[in-house]
Amino acid sequence: MLEADVEIERGSFRVEARFASNAPIVALFGRSGAGKSSVIEAIAGLLRPRAGRIAVGGRVLFDAAAGIDLPPEERRVGYVFQDDLLFPHMTVRANLAYGERLTPAPERFVEARRIVALLGLERLLERRPATLSGGEKQRVAIGRALMASPRVLLMDEPLASLDAPRKAEILQYVELLRDELRLPIVYVSHAIEEVTRLADHLVVMAEGRVVAEGAVADVLSRADMVELAGRFEAGAVIEARVAGHDEAYGLTRLAFPGGELVVANVDALVGEPVRARIRARDVALALEAPSKASFQNVLEGVVHSVGHEFGAIVDVTLTLAGGERLVARLTRASVARLALAPGVRVFALVKAIAIDRRSVGFA
Amino acid sequence: MPTRDELEIVALSLKVAFWGVAASLPLAIGTAYVLARKRFPGKTLFDAVVHLPLVLPPVVVGFLLLVLFGRQGPMGRLLEPFGIVFAFRWTGAALAAAIMGFPLMVRAIRLGIEAVDTRLESAARTLGARRGRVFFTVTLPLAWPGLATGAVLAFARSLGEFGATITFVSNIPGETQTLPLAIYTFTQVPGAGLAAMRLSILSVLLSLAALAASEAFTRRRGVRSDA
Repeated sequence: MLEADVEIERGSFRVEARFASNAPIVALFGRSGAGKSSVIEAIAGLLRPRAGRIAVGGRVLFDAAAGIDLPPEERRVGYVFQDDLLFPHMTVRANLAYGERLTPAPERFVEARRIVALLGLERLLERRPATLSGGEKQRVAIGRALMASPRVLLMDEPLASLDAPRKAEILQYVELLRDELRLPIVYVSHAIEEVTRLADHLVVMAEGRVVAEGAVADVLSRADMVELAGRFEAGAVIEARVAGHDEAYGLTRLAFPGGELVVANVDALVGEPVRARIRARDVALALEAPSKASFQNVLEGVVHSVGHEFGAIVDVTLTLAGGERLVARLTRASVARLALAPGVRVFALVKAIAIDRRSVGFA
Repeated sequence: MPTRDELEIVALSLKVAFWGVAASLPLAIGTAYVLARKRFPGKTLFDAVVHLPLVLPPVVVGFLLLVLFGRQGPMGRLLEPFGIVFAFRWTGAALAAAIMGFPLMVRAIRLGIEAVDTRLESAARTLGARRGRVFFTVTLPLAWPGLATGAVLAFARSLGEFGATITFVSNIPGETQTLPLAIYTFTQVPGAGLAAMRLSILSVLLSLAALAASEAFTRRRGVRSDA
């Protein structure tokens, strides 16, 4: 259980955040400057909140009212920074051992060999950080944090400085850690794909405040998310299971209560839970199911709400048969032509290749 | 080849400079750390005091040392029962050298410490290291180039120290007569120009060797941490 209730003052910038979660991965999401990093720095003890309380697994790390403020070295909080921050004067082996040596033996729950194997660090041990690639550095940084046997792992935009293939690689490792070590993770990001894929519990921050909190699919499908989180594109998240693979065409079928989605090949076993994010601009609506069209996904639903009716663009939210939400971004002209209004039955058309593969991940 | 007397002068100079640097290094590191990392009221004044020997006439420093650490001075009297005597001893020459070299040393070490990313120190703390351990395992090793530069600068400055030394501990052959003092003495004696020249050449060679050593030191260390 992670509980944070902090009030932070950084010059003229104020951050107020309160959330509590039992989820394996809690994501703090919002654009840069929203106050996400301040919150995890406060959890790590690198920044002292003006007021509040922070507890991990029932252990109080900070409590302004009770006068408790553990120094960072006593918090047992693993911190993975945006830029790896490996010690440049030490080998990878020495970097990994740094925190391990400082952890009392009875409190160690990770074994060096296991971490090294899990993160694929065997061949890097004798190298110096300057000779590693970005992805390798970040893997070592994750390993170094884990070797101190932390009670929670804080990851502050760990993928921000990596290219797309490296991002995908590290994401897989993060999922592996969650499943193998059962260590609660707080993941800070401004990338919607990462959050969709990883997070179980989502805390959305804007201008120093928590503006939405809850299960990922619920929060991300909210119609007002665009205004709340700004930049990222509107869309919806569907929780599904892998129903099967079509090897011949390289496609994967995802089943969910309200229907089935066909997406480009996803590397997951049949039956595994996954999450798919569908961007609003990739969804078209029709009043009848098209018979001769290339769309792989035709989902039946009912219009739940129609967004602001001004300007050229309107976001229409649908409810699918299983209660799932889907958002379609249409022109106002189309909304008028089809006479879309709450209660109207429609068919949502989604191209298989439009589904953001990076956001499809193990749930 | 240098004569026996000349070698003795060189040996004394090296001894004075070495102990001057070695004894003041820990204090210089502490001062540099405070100046680089801490904020406190009166910091500007503290900084100015540290830099004072750089701008004061060396003779003034020597005179103040004489007043404070002479046998009748308050510090001198305080330390004498413990067998610590500076007046007219080579230790006094080392003290004068240390004080004159101190601002240079602090300046270089401070730059070295300021170049260390404080977030590396934060990372070390989240891994369970207390402040002291962070300092010795992260800050100091990474500030190494500044440390080496500071020590060499102070060493070279000590080898050349004249004004404060001659004022404080006089010019006693075999005890306080370092290279510059010996050269000065020869220039005061008619017909000893050659002897002064020989010592001057030795002095130049010594300074060059010190610089080369520091260069090699920093480079080797630098290559290791970048490689």
